[in-house]
Amino acid sequence: MQVPAQFDYEVAASVEEAIELLRRHGPEARILAGGHSLIPMMKLRLAFPEVLIDIHELDGELRYVREDDGVLRVGALARHRDLLESPVVQGRYTLLADAEKFIADPLVRNMGTVGGSFAHADPSEDLPAAFVALGAEVVVRGPGGERTIAVEDLALGPFETALDPDEILTEARVPRAPQGSSYFKVERRAGDYASAALGVALWMSGDEIEDARVGMCGVGSTTLRAKEAEEVLKGQEPDEGLYKRAAEKAAQECDPPDDARGTPEYKRDLVRVLVVRAMEQAVGRARGAEDRTADGR
Amino acid sequence: MAVETRQGHTFGDRMPRKEDGRFIRGRGKYVDDLQLPGMLHSAILRSPFAHARINGIDVSAALEHPKVRAVITGKDLEEQGLAWMPTIAGDTQAVLATDKVRFQGQEVAFVVADDRYSAQDALELIEVDYEPLPVIVETPRALDPEAPVIRDDKAEQTNNVIFEWDHGDKEATERAFREADVTVKQEMIYPRVHPAPMETCGAVADYDVGTGKMTLWVTSQAPHAHRTLAAIVTGLAEQQIRVISPDIGGGFGNKVPIYPGYVCVAVASLVLGRPVKWMESRAENLMSTSFARDYHMVGEIAATKDGNILGVRVDVLSDHGAFNAHAQPGDIWPMGFFAIFPSCYDAPAAYAEATGVYSNKAPGGIAYRCSFRVTEAIYLMERTMDVLADELGMDPVELRRKNLIPAEKQPYESVMGWTYDGGDYHAALDEALRIADYPALLEEQREAREQGRIMGIGVSTFTEIVGAGPKKKCHIAGLEMFDSAELRMHPTGKAVLKIGVQSQGQGHETTFAQIVAGELGIPAEDVEVHHGDTDHTPYGLGTYGSRSTPVGGAAAAVVSRKVREKAKKIAAHLLEAAEGDLEWENGGFQVKGSPNQRKEMAEIAFAAYTNTPPDEEAGLEGVAYYDPPEMTYPFGAYVCVVEIDKGTGQVEVKRFIAVDDCGVRINPMIVEGQIHGGLAQGIGTALMEVIQFDEEGNHLNSNFMDYLIPTSMEVPKVWETGETVTPSTHHPLGARGVAESPTVGSPAAVVNAVVDALSPYGVRHVDMPLTPSKVWGVLRENGVEPF
Repeated sequence: MQVPAQFDYEVAASVEEAIELLRRHGPEARILAGGHSLIPMMKLRLAFPEVLIDIHELDGELRYVREDDGVLRVGALARHRDLLESPVVQGRYTLLADAEKFIADPLVRNMGTVGGSFAHADPSEDLPAAFVALGAEVVVRGPGGERTIAVEDLALGPFETALDPDEILTEARVPRAPQGSSYFKVERRAGDYASAALGVALWMSGDEIEDARVGMCGVGSTTLRAKEAEEVLKGQEPDEGLYKRAAEKAAQECDPPDDARGTPEYKRDLVRVLVVRAMEQAVGRARGAEDRTADGR
Repeated sequence: MAVETRQGHTFGDRMPRKEDGRFIRGRGKYVDDLQLPGMLHSAILRSPFAHARINGIDVSAALEHPKVRAVITGKDLEEQGLAWMPTIAGDTQAVLATDKVRFQGQEVAFVVADDRYSAQDALELIEVDYEPLPVIVETPRALDPEAPVIRDDKAEQTNNVIFEWDHGDKEATERAFREADVTVKQEMIYPRVHPAPMETCGAVADYDVGTGKMTLWVTSQAPHAHRTLAAIVTGLAEQQIRVISPDIGGGFGNKVPIYPGYVCVAVASLVLGRPVKWMESRAENLMSTSFARDYHMVGEIAATKDGNILGVRVDVLSDHGAFNAHAQPGDIWPMGFFAIFPSCYDAPAAYAEATGVYSNKAPGGIAYRCSFRVTEAIYLMERTMDVLADELGMDPVELRRKNLIPAEKQPYESVMGWTYDGGDYHAALDEALRIADYPALLEEQREAREQGRIMGIGVSTFTEIVGAGPKKKCHIAGLEMFDSAELRMHPTGKAVLKIGVQSQGQGHETTFAQIVAGELGIPAEDVEVHHGDTDHTPYGLGTYGSRSTPVGGAAAAVVSRKVREKAKKIAAHLLEAAEGDLEWENGGFQVKGSPNQRKEMAEIAFAAYTNTPPDEEAGLEGVAYYDPPEMTYPFGAYVCVVEIDKGTGQVEVKRFIAVDDCGVRINPMIVEGQIHGGLAQGIGTALMEVIQFDEEGNHLNSNFMDYLIPTSMEVPKVWETGETVTPSTHHPLGARGVAESPTVGSPAAVVNAVVDALSPYGVRHVDMPLTPSKVWGVLRENGVEPF
């Protein structure tokens, strides 16, 4: 049995109380949401928070997936499973459902939260990459009120975010739904972190790609946005040559680590392959074509 | 589907497992479930270095922790002569390090505290003064003349060589190679992998100060052997030690050795007079308990130009880690049963030589779901066969068919000195090819290649060798490898069977009841099977190397027949007939020719306690210790179909066809379940498993995020299993062990399929594990582009 070091434990009855507890306990306090990343790290004694502030009672405030006036709002305590099973997500933000199928396993998806995926700032986490592709922002609340941060600016480095110690992440927002989107991931085994993974979202104007975004994970020290690849795609009519040119850019824009999942060369090549596959699928979806099964899953 | 009859289940039925009710409901009782009044908890301080001298250990701060009851170091054990313990391979292993640490994760100190948390916290208060030493991780480096001597504790050890061994006819084999039209040679590594049972290892020791009795609940595949070894190591009288193996959550060989934690809990309980629990974490299990394989091999085959094998030659460098805790059935077997490598082929000459070495890695070399290095041997042979097929430009199936031992040569005497117990290998191969529809597969592959897809078909045919004894050939630390069963009929016709083998998930409570049921004509539901408590079961050597059915199962059959002999006397008395006039028919005794004059087993059992013949003792029971005349040789033919994603290097196992012949099947459903699990483990080994170290000897994957084992997503949705049934020539039930065949036969089938897929690009071999990044590297090196 693996057991964590000693810590204090508080339960917040509201978001306001959680913020007050964060303020009172200082930077060594951590929010406990689904606990599926934090608790294993504590048990392996890789994380030593002095205080856990449990927000599991805040489902009423923070657990929702809904679209208001064309804006997708996902509460921080929405579970992975909520996202995966949401008809709105499946219909209009398809890459989120694609990504969710790759995240860990059903047990983790029942407990793990969307907010936790952002706040944990693991550079291999899938959801932030998918949300980067959607041009999403997160809402954070602190003693001074609310502010928003673009998802691509949220992580400052591995496991480090732009949140102040007394701020809590409350929501992810997607300002406009894409016409087509797709998320691909290569993993060594089901439930593994990404060897490389990426999502693309496309906003079309007729047959032309008006706007495109590409979010990547596992191929840098934070979640990455492939801006140069996006520039290649914008204003163009989709075809395989275009996908390959964008893929080449995306491969150059990442900076993958050398680890057990493979060499940087391998992961760059995966990015090349996955951009092409994700573009084919996203364009197909934008054109209302049959959904191609993502990577046999 | 299981069919329940009014009479209940018997031998050969697909009886649902008796165990499953409690396991599925989470009601199994494992070592870690045990809670005893006053029980203390413990944690082990482990070495952060792979090789370092210990200059001092300061435990004073840990002892000041308010909840710490004791801190034990190697020095404390040394005073009791317990700092070192024997291994099952006849080597010594440090219980707690005194002089040096020799692998990362080695046991250094043992803390006992009121709760698990405090014990773990106190580890951080122990100061150890380490002086790091040069490290050997790469196995061949162990042989460098300037390599550090890892086992400098042993006066006779001047280098890192544990043993040098050879077997077979060297001269005849060399002659075969000289005279052959074709020879092939392939180097390969069978990587270091871990059995990774779901339940980690642990123990609770309870020394009763009042009676002087030590009870040890332990995750053991061999409780009786562990009791004897505990008596020898500790000096306690053997009758004062009771070893209980409760429900065991998987063993796969990992729970055969004695681990330092077991010794430490026993010592702590003796010293403190209170029960003490030790339960290792996943990381500890993966880092410090027995690994498997780590064989660096060269296989060679000499053949005629039309593919007849003339000779097989093998050279092995085997890495045993810091202490030789390799599983071997006696000191004449430093390579286990590796010498089975000519396998199911009619090879006229064979020769193997091997060197075993120490390294700064965890000790072991356990038989992970295999019978003593058979997995390595079969992988080597099956890979080299495909290399030969490639060299000859011959279909691998045809090459195998040509060389399989013909059924008429059974029982076959192999050049390596084995006597096989029957088998029609051609029939098994034909059945596998029939299920696979091999011609259609070849056509599908041709079409796939035209479309630029990378599809491969891999075949492996093999024989296992399982069920050690015979006792004249096999022993564990001197304990001869028979096994036992004790059967008692109750007056109402129910029975209790006590066995010396130990289930870790094999379903003994069901299959052993079915054996008795078949022999005595009572429902298997009426037979309760006891195992795992040395105070209440007959002596046995335990369960590993697929020996339960071949040895323990035979004992159950023999004891049932003994009981039936006495039942016959009672039946004769009840029927007022001569014994010679009775016949055993349909689960009862009847007078020959008059089936109405008949006594069922239940009536006979009642009479055994109420109306015995005048010259007979009361009761109806017996005991049998079975010494098998030979090992059993289950065999199989496997076909694996893979497709490789040329963009990502991912290998998908599309189909897996497994035809196994384990002789007569006691419970076909359990056999199939065993095969499914073993195939999954074999696919895991082939595609993803390897224990990794950096050059300083740091263990790089001591959790299930980093040490990958397959999930249901990595295996085919349907296992295509088939069977042939060739009864064992010597087993009383015609049965052989089966649970290890799939782990033995499948890795080669998977690798053969992947190499076959890549063969158009000039690839002849790729070492396991075939991870996406490795396969991607092979693709790109050979000019395969992603689009």
